[in-house]
Amino acid sequence: MSTKNVMVFLEQHKKKIANVSIELICEANRLAATLGGEVEAILIGNGIKEEMSIPAHYGCKKIFYAEDKRLSHFTSIPYAKIIADIIREQKPQIVLFGATTMGRDVAPRVASELKCGLTADCTELKIGDHTIKDKEFKNILLQIRPAFGGNIIATIVSPESFPSMATVRPGVMKLEEANTKLKAQIVPFTHKLKDSDFMTEILEVIDEAKAVNLQAAQIIVSAGMGASDTSALALVKDLAKTLGGEVGSSRPVVDSGVLIKDHQVGQTGVTVRPNLYIACGISGQIQHRAGMAESKRIIAINKDPEAPIFSIAHYGIVGDVNDVIPKMIKAFKAKA
Amino acid sequence: MSLKIIVTVKQVPDTHNVTGDAMKPDGTVNRAALPAIFNPEDLNALEEAISLKNRVGGTVTAITMGPPNAANVLKECLYRGADDCVLISDRKFAGADTLATSYALKCAVEKIGKFDVIFSGRQAIDGDTAQVGPQLAEKLGINQLSNVKQVLDVNKKSITVKRSTEYGHEKIKSNFPVLITVTSEANEPRTPSAKRVMAYKNIQTESSSGGYSESYLTVTDGGTIAAIKEWNVEFINADPIQCGLSGSPTKVKNVQNVVLTTQNMKEISSSVEGITALMNELMDEHIIG
Ligand SMILES: Cc1cc2nc3c(=O)[nH]c(=O)nc-3n(C[C@H](O)[C@H](O)[C@H](O)COP(=O)(O)OP(=O)(O)OC[C@H]3O[C@@H](n4cnc5c(N)ncnc54)[C@H](O)[C@@H]3O)c2cc1C
Repeated sequence: MSTKNVMVFLEQHKKKIANVSIELICEANRLAATLGGEVEAILIGNGIKEEMSIPAHYGCKKIFYAEDKRLSHFTSIPYAKIIADIIREQKPQIVLFGATTMGRDVAPRVASELKCGLTADCTELKIGDHTIKDKEFKNILLQIRPAFGGNIIATIVSPESFPSMATVRPGVMKLEEANTKLKAQIVPFTHKLKDSDFMTEILEVIDEAKAVNLQAAQIIVSAGMGASDTSALALVKDLAKTLGGEVGSSRPVVDSGVLIKDHQVGQTGVTVRPNLYIACGISGQIQHRAGMAESKRIIAINKDPEAPIFSIAHYGIVGDVNDVIPKMIKAFKAKA
Repeated sequence: MSLKIIVTVKQVPDTHNVTGDAMKPDGTVNRAALPAIFNPEDLNALEEAISLKNRVGGTVTAITMGPPNAANVLKECLYRGADDCVLISDRKFAGADTLATSYALKCAVEKIGKFDVIFSGRQAIDGDTAQVGPQLAEKLGINQLSNVKQVLDVNKKSITVKRSTEYGHEKIKSNFPVLITVTSEANEPRTPSAKRVMAYKNIQTESSSGGYSESYLTVTDGGTIAAIKEWNVEFINADPIQCGLSGSPTKVKNVQNVVLTTQNMKEISSSVEGITALMNELMDEHIIG
């Protein structure tokens, strides 16, 4: 039997814990509250004790910490073995990973070792019941994710699997307020790795700065195919600059080479939840909406009154971007 | 040097081009209405396998799990330069999630025998999970290098690759045997060779039930094969309980059509007055400015 605890794998890169891991701590709190369990975490690395106050401030109660010089940078087998061992010992009901290159590398390996269910890229997690024939499973994890290229939303369960594991993309789960008074217990974990487990040799780790950090932006002005020609795109950039925001885009704008991939919002781009999202000439297909529907305010500008983007917008402007954007810039400058 | 290379491929419904009639009225996908295609990133994996073979010598064996017509993707592999291919097909594989799939692939790979490197596409477009590659590596007890965008060096014992991450990239090296998952950035997949299409367009699958000698399993570089091998659960010595639905811990509880959560949208006139009022409202609420 498992406990009712929810465990989060804390991803670290160069001793900094990834934002997505903190988002997952917040989500784990919500799930654990329903289950009546606690939030625990796994951290693997070297010399990162100071960082552990951050997950603690968001409600993580216990951190299992595996420390070793050879673990300072991620490699698949050592990380997977440690995570699997901790899960076997602690028996959490649920384990969450960021759907990052690291999470998507290690989580399947852990799931394979533990023969447990793993659902990738969940957009929503809930606790609920499930029946198979006459067997009822109470308070299990419901894992909700887009499937079939985003054309349907599927709810996945792994009722007979301990634990239930899921990966969640960065920016999907809501960050709560930190409480700096909260503390976590740090439990050192002594790994049983052998030299032969270290099969990957790291020759070089090169960080490349992103051209734009959409996840940190409070205002995003996004260009779709209806605003991708040179003059309309210049207007989008001008509006973003005027409002102090960043430029986002739909996928075809990136595919056509007008903007680089860092700008892409959506299922295969980044997920954002800014205070204000202005969609310029974006039709609002599901794959785009998946990345921005949680924005606090959405303004949609589109020529087509039937465009699906209007169904999730708070403010809809039916019109041509070439006409509307200059008016917005002018109105803002007149008052600011 | 002669490397034994395996590539895993999958036939998938073309989810990137879902048209109206592919959606059933209840919101679920009508798989039958979608054309079946070669999973895009598996083509990148195949390309990586073939170019590695051309660079250092060796053989490429393609494997897929699927229904009988999944043999079509194996033919595509032959057209592009694969030396041999295996279809693992059996009713008992139906309903497999990633864990059951990787188990079946593992049994097939063990049947093939010794290998140096397995290339897999990073993920398949019908599920976008990226799980089968790492799970196959774990089941085989070998190392994995995922999200690889470039193969840098290779020698008799090891391979060095460039792996992309959110933070940038890493240059990493592993001894053989190893499994590598390849992204679409890695290469531009080749098109079929006309000569090979001629040689293989009528190739048939031959079921394993006939029982043939182990020598049948070995291919040599440059030779042509007579048939696509089709292997079932017994032939690959798989435990039926770990295959298909019964070997899958994850179950689909339900699927829903994507419903638009209609907001109380405020319609703003595109006139100067309308837009000025909107911008003023947002400034008053400190959302902008
Ligand atoms: C597996 C998969 C993943 C995907 N991932 C993503 C993703 O991450 N992000 C993403 O964005 N898409 C993604 N897509 C693509 C998505 O389905 C849509 O094709 C895409 O979002 C459409 O982009 P768009 O709205 O810019 O272009 P279009 O659909 O071409 O829409 C252009 C819009 O602009 C309007 N317009 C034209 N001219 C003007 C004008 N002068 N003024 C005002 N309005 C104008 C038109 O009315 C139209 O609504 C994905 C698709 C698949 C299958």
